[in-house]
Amino acid sequence: MSPVAPLAGRAWLFGDDIDTDVMAPGLYFKAPLEEMARHCLEAVDPAFAASVRPGDIIVAGRRFGVGSAREQAAMVLVQLGVGAVLAQSFGRIFYRNALNFGLPALFFPAAGEILAGQQLEVEPVAGLVRNLDTGREYRVNGIPAHLMDMVAAGGLVPFLRQRLSRPPAEQA
Amino acid sequence: MAEAGAGPGIAAGCGAGSAGRTLAQKIIARASGRSQVLPGEVVTCRADLVLLLDSGGPRRIWPRLRELGVGLHDAGRIVLVNDHFVPAVDAGSAAILRLTRDFAREFGIHRFFDMQGIGHVLLLERGLVQPGMFICGGDSHTSNAGAGAAYAMGLGAIEMTGVAVTGEIWVPVPETIRVDCSGRFARGVVAKDIMLQLCRELGMDNAFRAIEYGGTAVAAMPLAERAVLCNMAAELGAETGLVEADATTLAALQAAGQQPVDDALAWRSDVDARYLEVHALDVAALAPQVAAPHSPANSAPVTQFAGTAIDQAYIGSCMGAKLGDLHCVAEVLRGRQVAAGVRLLVAPASQRIWAAAAADGTLATLTAAGATLLPSGCGACAALGAGVLGEDEVCISSTNRNFRGRMGASSAQVYLGSPYTVAASAVAGRIADPREFLA
Repeated sequence: MSPVAPLAGRAWLFGDDIDTDVMAPGLYFKAPLEEMARHCLEAVDPAFAASVRPGDIIVAGRRFGVGSAREQAAMVLVQLGVGAVLAQSFGRIFYRNALNFGLPALFFPAAGEILAGQQLEVEPVAGLVRNLDTGREYRVNGIPAHLMDMVAAGGLVPFLRQRLSRPPAEQA
Repeated sequence: MAEAGAGPGIAAGCGAGSAGRTLAQKIIARASGRSQVLPGEVVTCRADLVLLLDSGGPRRIWPRLRELGVGLHDAGRIVLVNDHFVPAVDAGSAAILRLTRDFAREFGIHRFFDMQGIGHVLLLERGLVQPGMFICGGDSHTSNAGAGAAYAMGLGAIEMTGVAVTGEIWVPVPETIRVDCSGRFARGVVAKDIMLQLCRELGMDNAFRAIEYGGTAVAAMPLAERAVLCNMAAELGAETGLVEADATTLAALQAAGQQPVDDALAWRSDVDARYLEVHALDVAALAPQVAAPHSPANSAPVTQFAGTAIDQAYIGSCMGAKLGDLHCVAEVLRGRQVAAGVRLLVAPASQRIWAAAAADGTLATLTAAGATLLPSGCGACAALGAGVLGEDEVCISSTNRNFRGRMGASSAQVYLGSPYTVAASAVAGRIADPREFLA
């Protein structure tokens, strides 16, 4: 499925200041990604890593992904199958990392109106969040235009592959 | 994606004057090959210097280069450092360090610092940062280099792969917040205390903003203290932190044996630069600050936490283990002993700092007081080296962040303070006001 296609999943709620150390703890830096993923967010929600299902959506408060530049914070979410992250604001490097791995990250001011476990539908390009349980619809900013090609390609590495395989004349 | 950029070097120039531009805008304009840029625009910049560390460097980039079947855009712009996993504590870290060494050899990277100290500290110590440079680094504290009047951007390893391959990066032109610091510090108060207070007052939600520090108190600071301000711009959540070029910037380059670029002193904001906000701070009125678990913004004057019992005091990292920091610690420890039942761990930030502190007697003062010396490296700050915390242990640390689990067990409690405050707490066995030890 394309990372920019509409997606649907259950909401997992997190508060403010979820930092990258709790998503990808330094103690598991040398472990394989699968093992690090099992400890993702365990310090704030021990049930998350074992219970999250592919397509589920993280809904968070302010500064989601604040702190360290570690890309594993975004990688473990992708590894666990998280479909999108909706947050009131993001740590700046995490935001870039998420999009670079093809994980839609959208600014969502109304995060506080979502309840845990509600079924959400997200259109990352159009910038639309639909709460299927309440019927409410929210307009948000979609993925920035200058990053659309990169996210649509599945992230930075596939995008670079496309770009590098084109003859130089086309790389305007 | 591709925007015509300036060529290698930063000779294109800055141009002082009154066009309302901040230093951040000027550097981004030069690095993106434009005459000017405005906040809110997204531009493509070419990196003058690319900082790769063992943590998010070759081990994560090299497999992607292989996958793409490409090499480096320009090995001459890369500075490569083994600092996070040094010295190896197990076969896993040894393998990471070896991979970094192999990468240096394979790609002919001459500026490779293997166990010489922490990368952010080395960039300034070795005079590798020139005013006006645009720097990309694979670590959130890359902003540290802003002390040299550069625009230094922290990025994840995947994006550093893109920078390594193309030499380019997309940059949101930030608004600039100016923090003007005036007055003279009271005894026992340092730049770290400014930052712990700013984390509380400006908050940590400053993405798409740059923080420019200035004023008479910053003008009086050596480069290492300016680096404290720029380093913790990361904790403010900002795109970067920076200080305008002045005589101190040039003197630091010359002391490192490097010739400043011709237009070095031109890398300043225009006199009528347009800032998003200007904050005035009288450092004379500032008390030592401490941030309680689990956020640097959770700060208050030290008196609020005084008496909290500690297990460990840690002096280390790119933030709090430079020569001046070790001098602060020695000033408190001279003629005193670390409290029974408390361990004081000191990891000088570079080999040169270690040598200087050995030569001037500082290390002897520390060890006589009962401190344990650790290797130069990121170490316990990121739960990677010696000094990691166990369950429920309490630590006061001169480092820059105290998120849950940052220094080890997720139940550990990490308080942040200045080197003075950490040293005073080590002696008292509880969080203590350093001013009581400096009378």
